Amino acid sequence: MTFYTRHAIKDILENRFLNAVTIITIALSVLIISAFGLFFLNAQDMFNAWKKGVRIMVYLVPETSEAQRLDTHDRLRTIAGIRHIRFISKDDALNLMRERMRRQRSLLDNLRENPLPDAFEVTLLTDADAPEKIEFLAQRIEGLSSVAEVEYGQQWIERFAYFFNLFTLAGYGMGAMFFTATVFIAANTIRLMLYSRREEIHIMRLVGATDNFIRIPFYLEGLIQGFSGGLIGLLVLYGIFSALGSRFEQTLSVEMVTIRFFSVGICAAIVACGMATSLLGCVFSLKQFLKA
Amino acid sequence: MTSMTDKSALIRMFHVHKRYGAKQALVDATVDVAKNEFLFISGPSGAGKSTLLKLLYLAEPASEGQILVDGMNLSRIPRHRIPLLRRKFGIIFQDYKLISTRTVYENVALVLEARGKKRSLIEKKVKSMLRVVGMEDRLTAYPPSLSGGEQQRVAVARAVAGDPKIILADEPTGSLDDESAAIIFQLLNRFHSHGATVVVATHDKSLIKNASGRVLQIRQGRLEMPPDI
Repeated sequence: MTFYTRHAIKDILENRFLNAVTIITIALSVLIISAFGLFFLNAQDMFNAWKKGVRIMVYLVPETSEAQRLDTHDRLRTIAGIRHIRFISKDDALNLMRERMRRQRSLLDNLRENPLPDAFEVTLLTDADAPEKIEFLAQRIEGLSSVAEVEYGQQWIERFAYFFNLFTLAGYGMGAMFFTATVFIAANTIRLMLYSRREEIHIMRLVGATDNFIRIPFYLEGLIQGFSGGLIGLLVLYGIFSALGSRFEQTLSVEMVTIRFFSVGICAAIVACGMATSLLGCVFSLKQFLKA
Repeated sequence: MTSMTDKSALIRMFHVHKRYGAKQALVDATVDVAKNEFLFISGPSGAGKSTLLKLLYLAEPASEGQILVDGMNLSRIPRHRIPLLRRKFGIIFQDYKLISTRTVYENVALVLEARGKKRSLIEKKVKSMLRVVGMEDRLTAYPPSLSGGEQQRVAVARAVAGDPKIILADEPTGSLDDESAAIIFQLLNRFHSHGATVVVATHDKSLIKNASGRVLQIRQGRLEMPPDI
């Protein structure tokens, strides 16, 4: 293997331009796909953090008696998917409103009677936070006799989930496109290299070299190119992330979301993907070339 | 058509034809080459000499007929065994076919590297072969910096480095001056005297005149015994 590695490195140095083109192509592809992945990862974190805070506000009909309120509370407790139920009386709600609307406090002070209803604040279990499940739960709660209205920001959840799914799909599509393009470019670069060295390969075959003897240095070249391209792409992404990440973090700190980079495991997997892509390009080219 | 019926022959060709489209490059060639024989295949350019050699190391397949090389039937040889067949040969070309981006040492070492030999053995063998051909002081030179005669000597060293049973030389002196041609021919004789079977395709009649060995003539793809050289 030392012999093949030595030859692969020598070949890379002899064909610097073509190898540089391949490495840059792989680096760019890794950069674009990983940037998308990083965005996706952090968006998912945000979505999860937001979903954890999803609450359903259950407003009771006016003049609900104590007994009816307790009965509604008990019925809510029997519904699966609910983690916590907190009663907010109309007076507590008004006080809370006063606290939040300090500047408009006089408006509230002038009210003859409290217009707010009694309510329950229902916190959901994390496995019940899918938009469809929330809607289902809301419908069940709405069906209870003392419940006047249920509020849970349905549209926002659905819209976010819709865009999130759209991004996921676009991510897969883009990933597949860049993967194909990278394999194609790597394959063509290797083909150019093979073409420029066809006489050498012909001579190797004449002196009794096996196809594997010819192939292995090219495979190693492909792996080295993929490794270099993957690493460069990731380093550039990390540079951009370090420069821009702190700005986003400040904005999102209110939402208790921390922007993060890929874990070491994911970084290793990305570099491995770069290597696999380049290797695949080599395999395609060599298969065609050596068949001839 | 020339025929030998020696069953111990190293190379046997039976009614071999080679066609390129409508053109007949080799017609009904039947010939045996005995072990340690020195055989000349003589004829004008385009007569089919190179084609005959190419069929032996399977650079091209025969269109018809059978070829046996050291017991291997070339019409039945699977693709992955072709390198094994080629290792039986040391091939010398008119245009040397050296890799211009590799040094003299690396060009000769390639044959042994392809056979998976150890580095220490390769170094020993390559230096020894280059000493035999008088190129031991040009180990690190690249082929383009050498004269034609020197390049051909390196090519000879490469051809014999793997201890082949058969040396095939396709117009080995075709691009050389008389002095260099004489050196190459001396080297071929030397390897023949050490037990190698040598097949030389040449149009150079003066080379054949000064040598001892069987001569086959080829004209328009047909092998025949020469009436007189």
